[in-house]
Amino acid sequence: MKFKISSGLFIFLTPVLLWLLLLIVIPHLELLLMSLRGENDMGEPVWTFVNYLHFFTEEIYWYTFVRTATYALLVTVLTFLVTFPVAFYITKIVSNRVSVFLTILLLVPFWVSELVRVYGWMILLRESGVLNHFMLRLGIIDTPIEMLYNDVSMIMGLVYTSMLFMVVPLISSLEGMDDSLIEAAHDLGASKWIIFTKIVIPYAAPGITSGSIVVFMLALGNYLTPNLLGGKNSLWFTEQIYNEFIASFNWNQGAAFGFLLLLLSSLIIWTGLKISKQQLGRVMS
Amino acid sequence: MPVVLNISNLTKDFSDFTAVDNISFQVEEGKFFSILGPSGCGKTTLLRMIAGFLEPTSGDLQIQGRDMVGIPPNRRPVNLVFQNLALFPMMNVAENIAFGLKRQRCSKKEISSKTAAMLDRVDLGGYGSKNINQLSGGQKQRVAIARSLVLDPSILLLDEPLGALDLKLREQMKIELKKLQQEIGTTFIYITHDQSEALVMSDTVAVMNAGKFEQIDTPRNLYASPDSSFVAGFVGETNIFTASIEGLRPTLTVRAENGVIFEATAMQEMAGAKRCRLFIRPESIILEPDTNLENLNRFELTVRTILFDGSNTKILAMLGESEITVALPQNQQFAHIAPGEIVSAGVHMDACKCYPGEPQ
Repeated sequence: MKFKISSGLFIFLTPVLLWLLLLIVIPHLELLLMSLRGENDMGEPVWTFVNYLHFFTEEIYWYTFVRTATYALLVTVLTFLVTFPVAFYITKIVSNRVSVFLTILLLVPFWVSELVRVYGWMILLRESGVLNHFMLRLGIIDTPIEMLYNDVSMIMGLVYTSMLFMVVPLISSLEGMDDSLIEAAHDLGASKWIIFTKIVIPYAAPGITSGSIVVFMLALGNYLTPNLLGGKNSLWFTEQIYNEFIASFNWNQGAAFGFLLLLLSSLIIWTGLKISKQQLGRVMS
Repeated sequence: MPVVLNISNLTKDFSDFTAVDNISFQVEEGKFFSILGPSGCGKTTLLRMIAGFLEPTSGDLQIQGRDMVGIPPNRRPVNLVFQNLALFPMMNVAENIAFGLKRQRCSKKEISSKTAAMLDRVDLGGYGSKNINQLSGGQKQRVAIARSLVLDPSILLLDEPLGALDLKLREQMKIELKKLQQEIGTTFIYITHDQSEALVMSDTVAVMNAGKFEQIDTPRNLYASPDSSFVAGFVGETNIFTASIEGLRPTLTVRAENGVIFEATAMQEMAGAKRCRLFIRPESIILEPDTNLENLNRFELTVRTILFDGSNTKILAMLGESEITVALPQNQQFAHIAPGEIVSAGVHMDACKCYPGEPQ
């Protein structure tokens, strides 16, 4: 009997285990080994930490990383600020039927690939784009303005592509909140601001945290949007990795950067969880 | 006793119906006042207007002489215990109770002493650091009441707070709530559709139907002399017959639907009415009555079923063509009665209460 259960379990787990092993564990081990390899002065392959040291000695690398992490945090905060009112409106203010309709409306743009959506923004914002065209016609400006390839358009694009991953956990956590909690707090003397900060936010905290983790990771690891909307001087860390692999053909350096990205972003999230007193297991369930 | 709540001509219209229809009443300080009515009668709307979550369409609402229309719930001296309690799950018991005190900007010391005193009062001393989901249903109930009472409101509003509890706990909480109210002396306004809750706990009960109060009275009067056929049917168990009026003088004589003729008491003006509803309480039917009792409607019952329920045992019997419920006296005198037996029975004309009108 015991054998049957464990063999059944094994059958169901096999695809998952294979997937984890072949696509996650083995490539990462390969990358880890690669990142620790280098050449000595003779050009012979040796084990070395020099790829990692590069990150700390060359200013441009850790500067890029700090910039990327800071902007990813900013994107996370902005995404939260944009989506929270939306999620609150959908779950607590409109009727059930309207709320389903609005949720679908939120999801529809995400059926289109990220690439197409970013190109959409480019069509709107570029020098010969839709926005410039109308502003010229209306006489607001005399010469077209280049609105692409700067930090603002890049951040905006990242917020736009991340929104869904914040709004869904927010909606699901706010949906679980009984409206009478808000009324009870109001009845006990709380103002709107207190209700928001002491009741709604703490209640939605697990949703906020899980949404923030996903958005932060996605923004940090995003290559497409910073590259297309931020242009060549976007200085996104993923571009650094890409350049090492494709442009410089220095796979050992690229692998080391990849690992550093993994470690540093995990560290940032761990710190964030400690500060907000959330537990990863509870947040992700 | 001074009046703490004064409501006059209060009306609440929604787009398609009137939930509260021109209600006026007063509640004296320190009373346990219940509003009893079937679901959908407008009692929750009325309560929410007192709490401040709804604004009346018209009419006046005064609490301790101060006009309350237009004042938001967080500035009213009343607190509401919600039907589903609405305890804050992210706070522990003590934080839940302290929530309102913090909003009043009490000092830390005052908050902790008041919270501890309130926890003792509701027999939850030492539970302060527990999480809400560690508590049983009855304990949650008491936390919800404590959370409101600690603010020392002029009126405590309770919206069917016992609805979610199982029967045994509900019976126990009924008694606890009544005791608590007597101890602290705060005015309670209690909303329920459960007549036994209203009758057991209240000083005064208002029976509400279709947006209006049918009767405001003590539980005893409500039970003994209902003002309307709705109250007679809603409060307490009763046998209801439709009947046609045979004669008005010297005593009201009616013929019930089952063909039996009763001498009855008119509870409302009967002149002009052809049909009426006849109410007979199960406990007012006397089995094997003494032959020299006067003013008794006498008839024979065919016993069909015995509904044994301890001290609350009843029999279902046939009277003419319809069924009637009869309460058995508690002294085991009729323990021998078996289904199929025919027993003589009687009911005093005062206990046969008639209201004019067609059945609802």
